[in-house]
Amino acid sequence: MAETGTKAALPEAVRAEIEALRPRYPTTRALLLPALHAAQRAAGGWLPEEILAAVGDYLGLPYSDVMGVVSFYDMFHDKPVGRHRIRVCTNLSCALRGAQEIVAALHDELGVGEGEVTTDGRCSYVHFECLGSCDSAPMMMVDDRYHENLTPEKARAIVRQLK
Amino acid sequence: MAFEPVLTRNIGNPAVLTVDGYRKAGGYQGLAKALKMQPDEVVEEVKKSGLRGRGGAGFPCGLKWTFLPKGLDKPRYLVCNADESEPGTFKDRLLMERDPHQLIEGCAICCWAVGAHTCYIYIRGEYVEPAAILERAIRDAYESGVLGDSVLGSGFKLDIVVHRGAGAYICGEETGLLESLEGKRGQPRSKPPFPAVVGAFGCPTVINNVETLCNLPHIVERGADWFKSIGTDERNTGPKLYAVSGHVERPGTYELPIGIKFQELLDLCGGMYQGRQLKAFVPGGASAPMLAAKMRDVKLDFDTLAKSGSMLGSAAVIVMDETTCVVRAAARLAKFFAHESCGQCTPCREGTHWAELVLGRIERGEGRESDAELMLRMTKNMSGTTICALSDAAVGPARSVIVNFREDVDQHIRERRCPVPPRRFFGEGN
Repeated sequence: MAETGTKAALPEAVRAEIEALRPRYPTTRALLLPALHAAQRAAGGWLPEEILAAVGDYLGLPYSDVMGVVSFYDMFHDKPVGRHRIRVCTNLSCALRGAQEIVAALHDELGVGEGEVTTDGRCSYVHFECLGSCDSAPMMMVDDRYHENLTPEKARAIVRQLK
Repeated sequence: MAFEPVLTRNIGNPAVLTVDGYRKAGGYQGLAKALKMQPDEVVEEVKKSGLRGRGGAGFPCGLKWTFLPKGLDKPRYLVCNADESEPGTFKDRLLMERDPHQLIEGCAICCWAVGAHTCYIYIRGEYVEPAAILERAIRDAYESGVLGDSVLGSGFKLDIVVHRGAGAYICGEETGLLESLEGKRGQPRSKPPFPAVVGAFGCPTVINNVETLCNLPHIVERGADWFKSIGTDERNTGPKLYAVSGHVERPGTYELPIGIKFQELLDLCGGMYQGRQLKAFVPGGASAPMLAAKMRDVKLDFDTLAKSGSMLGSAAVIVMDETTCVVRAAARLAKFFAHESCGQCTPCREGTHWAELVLGRIERGEGRESDAELMLRMTKNMSGTTICALSDAAVGPARSVIVNFREDVDQHIRERRCPVPPRRFFGEGN
């Protein structure tokens, strides 16, 4: 990592969350995923380099280990994301029930392509693998919430009211 | 005798989200009974029931528990596999969201039986809401004396911890899951040693799926003989959740005796969407080879499906009608496996990528005459040559589309186009 001079510390709330979990695990390393979830939430949905370094410092893990983990999982982001994260399922069950129409409507509504962030920083938008909601396909996940039995109109309306 | 729901009997009763409500609905009686039995007696009862793992592999549950080494001075762990990520599967989410105490009770019974004092429920990261529901239920269970220093006043100590994943299909594989639980990349381990000997944090570990564990309170309460009276035969016993999606009138989770025929299940779902004709179905999640419509009378159990060239897997049944391009379906699943391959083993890393590429070009009408044979050769090299089963899983749809739908594949190549016109369902590329 680049030397940044001032070393970012983990926010107090994140540290408190990690400490509350510590007794649950026999190793410190097991705290890494929970710590990254907490840090990412506190940092606005993604993990800037200095936060990753701070997580590593706090848990006594090398930056390479932290980055190795972050790069492995789809839900950790080391690049800026929008204020809202839209994940549209395009796997088979959703595809059979019209996921492509939802995809087309969202491309049009958001004006960005797959994997991009809207220019106003409002939404990031990705195609996602099966989210376990196949009986209410097509569906998408906006931030932590599932939106099911979508129509293109419904998908547009949901995205439009995101601030 | 008509089949009464077992695992889903509380679905639709929101009162069961609390310990009190769950007790009023008859809950925690199996656990109370188990705690009065010797742990070995519980293991024996579960073995006798014939319960096989509901996560995908179908391994006998009680037998798996007996692999834990005796006399080792190390803690034992139960890890509940709630990393439900097999495309088409959504049954565990239902169980966790709508009846979390049934799972807690199942975990507690298993821990008592195998002598574990800590259970980790590893739940996929995207299941934010189910994780929150489980956390609430666990808190309630601690406050009500169901969990903690003395489970139901028995003196047996038990902690249950919900651990969230972060988006990786491979973490549903037992040892990928363990790596992830330990805070690492979810790359599966070479076996042996098996998790029963060296599992979580280097300790003996039992890993069971959510639905598997949810069966335990009922087996203990009603007995192995009752459990065995449900199902096809001695090797395929008990109630089963079938998660049905795709082109049916009423998709959803259906609880039925294991071994119901596909056609009967389809009828229960209100038949094909808009009365169209059946083209193909996947009987057990994305990893299961696709079957053609002529197989509609197949019994959906472990052994019948294995004999029919497919598998029960997670019992996620994906139904495709006559407007579906099966090559496109297989290509989409190939894309999934290429994305989810962890990259450790060459046959999987390369094979899943090439399967996506070759199936994709066939579907677009750019396939070569040699492509079908190429796929058969390639998938053969991907089978049984890797650390974990993801590669074999990827072979399921990729090979079956060539074997069971050869005419569709040949037509794509011959006519240099996809013969299925884009429709509302499964239209334009993917």
